[in-house]
Amino acid sequence: MLFRYRGREGMIAWAFHRLSGVGIFAFVVLHVIDIYLVGGNPELYNEILTFYASIPGRILEVVLGAALLYHALNGLRIVIIDLWPRMTVYHRFLWWASWAIFIVVGVPGALIILRPVWLPFLQQIGLVS
Amino acid sequence: MNEQPATTVEPVTLSPISRGRARPQGSRRELVAWYGMRVTGVALFVLALAHFSILHFIWDPAEQTAEFIATERWNQIFWRGFDWLLLMTVLFHGFIGMRIVVRDYIHRERLREFTLIMLYTLALLLLVIGTQVILTLPMRGA
Repeated sequence: MLFRYRGREGMIAWAFHRLSGVGIFAFVVLHVIDIYLVGGNPELYNEILTFYASIPGRILEVVLGAALLYHALNGLRIVIIDLWPRMTVYHRFLWWASWAIFIVVGVPGALIILRPVWLPFLQQIGLVS
Repeated sequence: MNEQPATTVEPVTLSPISRGRARPQGSRRELVAWYGMRVTGVALFVLALAHFSILHFIWDPAEQTAEFIATERWNQIFWRGFDWLLLMTVLFHGFIGMRIVVRDYIHRERLREFTLIMLYTLALLLLVIGTQVILTLPMRGA
């Protein structure tokens, strides 16, 4: 459905922007509450933190980071086009540029967050000590 | 001109080029919200991405115990102020954004009004508890 509709890039940009926005919103609600616990109930906060640092937690952090990075880049694209109408001519370039930055920044970022997943594997096969 | 009931909300239209919300015409409040989303959006580009990067690339989540926050992360007024500024901008951006989502998908008027009141109540609650923990968590480090 998403790719058959003739809205092309703009349609996908809009759908991802809304999806990532609602996802980030949900995490912000959770995150303000968990940080509140640092003062109110540090033991419970530390328990939640154990989940954040676990492998499933880290995979969710990569998803959060991807949503954040996409929403930030696409939002900047919207602001540039809305406030600087001459950039409309380059809107397709801006769209592909935002995806290029997403990959170039996002892939190393994901690898850093997922270090505890792949580092033990590399150590096991003797590639790193 | 069609006379519309007072409670009907203006439809939100998209810009055909950016596929962001089109600049609202006519309502000053909607125009303030439109500019507010763009100003806080640019601020969050810096604040939120910096916050995420610091706490995932410089520090690892495994290190960030309650102890770490009290003695390291929030041991300087600067970082408390930074995180408070992030809290303010993210609450504005997140809740004004959710307001548009609610208006887009909830068509039953009473339910929409109720959801919006719940949403604003949640925003106020997060503002209060977030500000409280930033102001009152003792600085135990250094």
